[in-house]
Amino acid sequence: MNRQGSLFAPAAVGEAASERETAAEVVVSASASKAADDVETGSDDRAGRRRAPKARNNATAADMAKKQRDISVSEFFAKNRHLLGFDNPAKALLTTVKEAVDNSLDACEEAGIAPDIRVEIVQLEETRFRVAIEDNGPGIVKQQVPKIFGRLLYGSKFHRLRQSRGQQGIGISAAGMYGLLTTGKPVRIITRTGDKKPANLFELVIDTKTNDPRVTREETVEWHHAHGTRVEIELEGAYRGGKQSVEAYIRQIALANPHARLEYLPPGPDKTNGVVLFDRVTRELPPETAEIKPHPYGVELGVLMQMFRDTEARNLRGCLQNDFSRVSGRLADEICERAHVKATRRPSEITRDEAEKVHRAIIATKIMAPPTDCIAPIGEQLIGRALRQEVKADFYATVTRKPVVYRGNPFLIEAGLAYGGDQSAEETITLYRYANRVPLQYQQGACAATRAVISTDWRSYQMQQPKGALPIGPMLLMIHIASVWVPFTSESKEAIAHYDEIVKEMRLALQECGRQVAIFIRKRRREADEAKKRSYIDKYLPQVAIGLQEILGFDDKERAKVVENLTLLLEKNRGA
Amino acid sequence: MAAKKTKTAGAAKKKATSASDTDASKRAEGVRRKNSALDDVTLGAIRDSASGVHQQVNKRGKPDMAFPIRSLANVKYAEKKGYFEIGGQKKVRALTVNTVKSFAQTLRMMGLSKTLVETNDFATKRDAYYQSKNWDDARFDEQNESDAVMDDIEAMFSVRGLSREQLRFIPDEHGGAVAGNLVVLDPDRETGEVERIDCTRFGSGAYSIPSTVEHLSFETDAKFILAIETGGVFQRLQSHKFWQTADCILVSLAGVPTRATRRFIRKLSDESKIPVYAFVDCDPYGISNIYRTLKVGSGNAAHLSQFFCVPQARFLGVTPQDIRDYQLPTHPLLDVDIKRARDALKNDPFFKAHKPWQKAMNDLLQMGVRAEQQALAKWGLNYVIDEYLPRKLANVGQFLP
Repeated sequence: MNRQGSLFAPAAVGEAASERETAAEVVVSASASKAADDVETGSDDRAGRRRAPKARNNATAADMAKKQRDISVSEFFAKNRHLLGFDNPAKALLTTVKEAVDNSLDACEEAGIAPDIRVEIVQLEETRFRVAIEDNGPGIVKQQVPKIFGRLLYGSKFHRLRQSRGQQGIGISAAGMYGLLTTGKPVRIITRTGDKKPANLFELVIDTKTNDPRVTREETVEWHHAHGTRVEIELEGAYRGGKQSVEAYIRQIALANPHARLEYLPPGPDKTNGVVLFDRVTRELPPETAEIKPHPYGVELGVLMQMFRDTEARNLRGCLQNDFSRVSGRLADEICERAHVKATRRPSEITRDEAEKVHRAIIATKIMAPPTDCIAPIGEQLIGRALRQEVKADFYATVTRKPVVYRGNPFLIEAGLAYGGDQSAEETITLYRYANRVPLQYQQGACAATRAVISTDWRSYQMQQPKGALPIGPMLLMIHIASVWVPFTSESKEAIAHYDEIVKEMRLALQECGRQVAIFIRKRRREADEAKKRSYIDKYLPQVAIGLQEILGFDDKERAKVVENLTLLLEKNRGA
Repeated sequence: MAAKKTKTAGAAKKKATSASDTDASKRAEGVRRKNSALDDVTLGAIRDSASGVHQQVNKRGKPDMAFPIRSLANVKYAEKKGYFEIGGQKKVRALTVNTVKSFAQTLRMMGLSKTLVETNDFATKRDAYYQSKNWDDARFDEQNESDAVMDDIEAMFSVRGLSREQLRFIPDEHGGAVAGNLVVLDPDRETGEVERIDCTRFGSGAYSIPSTVEHLSFETDAKFILAIETGGVFQRLQSHKFWQTADCILVSLAGVPTRATRRFIRKLSDESKIPVYAFVDCDPYGISNIYRTLKVGSGNAAHLSQFFCVPQARFLGVTPQDIRDYQLPTHPLLDVDIKRARDALKNDPFFKAHKPWQKAMNDLLQMGVRAEQQALAKWGLNYVIDEYLPRKLANVGQFLP
């Protein structure tokens, strides 16, 4: 794909999404992209194999030009739903819930409100559901509603390097588009920004060709919340139970967001009746995180060139100093000198060669690591409390590591485990993966977190582990990566990309937890051995005495003495 | 005149019978007394063993029991004595948390043995397993556990010269078949009255060797005992009354002879002072498993060899030389046969000690064939009776050791 457009360019499918996304539309030419092939009539190869070869009708460039046209992002994604997590009906249902809940949590946190979120799923027909998510957040300003729900790649978080759940603004609008495509029904939104203002009801659809929202209904209504947002989407879905169910997902969210109160109303009445509640463990909101500027180490050449084109600074020095983090005036001078490019140079005039020199100079210059106060962990205490509320276990361990950096991006890893209790000892452990407090439910095999768990040797922590696999035992393990930019393996944000620094940190966190649980397991085993020893002594010593009595014919008093002596003997030594 | 003779003969016969009856009773009584003395030894040994443990316990020390290791590696071939002897290696089982269960079971089983001796009863391995269900927590869950304990006890007492039969544990399998010039004297367990069993009077059947033979005694004037591998050959010899023509006792081994069979032959041979000749297939199995076990005992029962083998046995046939001399139909040696033969030559103390056997085995390996004893039927169904056996028996001195 071409890397035209504004600041950042979208990555191809399957690459680590370390590139930054653009807020504008992407121009895709039909001949160059594979997707275009899907959109157009289909390749000759596919048709040619089945029919007798026709006489070739070779087109000229002019002919081809006639066919080429812009493909809107919406159109692109409409035909590539799997990129966003809408591959199959069950997943589509889950993704819709996920996107809406993420948004609610983010909005509440930003507004300083302890989130109360309610998820409702109603089954309308066999494969048709209505998903509704309601929150007590700050609400959405009337004018923004169509843009937020009706336009892909629109959002406030996009341009900012800040730890947040939705890294791209695609989420909720894609869900709306999916709903529209499968049921023809619009997205329904009720939102209110304050008790002095009325609640607004919207129904809107996305025009996939123009990537524009079209409001089909708008009015003010009565609503019981003083502020908040309610989103309803009707879509084709499938309701699953078990590990990848909506309920499991919400439970995982609750674990990573102890400040949130989550209510879940499953489709009834033949499914479970009544609301499932995941209550909060604390009212304290996670600390606000600061937004940071990109760090020079993490910026690629193309991005650098774009930054030069877009900067407000008048010269190179100013650009380096202002638009990046950790670059002082002196350091900016050092970079310019090393690159042999004048510090006074106008950024917009910088050539490609010069930009390359600057890029190389940056890498060669020693620059301090980025600030890390831009990430907020959940915290060992809260993770512990949430685990204790969620899982009945015999032992808990949590660890929050200090922030580190990968490719110029600060990140930190947290891990927690719950061992024992009702969990089955013969099955593979349960692994919960989180990125910025958002549970990752799919693509476990491709995820860096899974890789970190597998490459840790759990046998030294008293657990069974088949080669190249997750360990086996009664354990729930959670790993959380908090970062200003979490790298995913694809657009659907399902698996964390493998960066050595990240996997290494994860492993260190796991080892810390592992060591703690090993101590517990060993102690428990020792106690069991003691108990076994006790029972052996109680069961069999009398038999030894009886045997001797049978043969030698001494009296019962003597027999009791034998038992006593033997007991003393066995208790003295450690059964070796 | 004839009637008078008959009367006298009848009276004489009666007198003879009553005389032999008294004789038999005396013999049986002798056996009983001997066994009774052995019983005392057994009881004494059991008591000593338990007493040792008791004393250690009272001294607040760690009690232990020692068992000889039962494997071919801990076995010597005592050439002079003619059988396998168990070596000095022992495994010592001390009382710890992990061994307390089997310790208890061992002692209880020794107690069972004592009871059996005192009540003149016996128990099979299976019986002992079921008896253990009375022992509360010390009971056996599986028979192989109880078998292992019984084997250990037997090994432990073998060094004192006591066999498993003396401990009153008998095998589940019975012995082979016996027919011929022999009267077995079998005193009744309860009454002591002696049963006279005439092994010529079984028609086309045979006497079946019981599981324990310690109480038996014998009357015979046979010239030798012929131990036969296959039931088919035994049947033919029995139904043609070969034992009459050759004046011998036929014993069917039915493959590798059981302890009871070996003990029976040994006792019979020792007490009646008659030789034992073996007649088996000419193949590595017949020679190194069947004959060798009959003669010197086995690896894992080496601790019993002195009682359960027949060192005086000699090998009548079929020899590799016989295959040539009698032009017997053969089959090629299989890989497993070759391996067995080589193994015997390399590892078996018996074969290593006898050069004529090494020569014979190598001969067989070189010929690369094996022959069954029934192959003699090529020359006629009764060739074995009419020609082969008589010819062999005329040259006893040439038999392999």
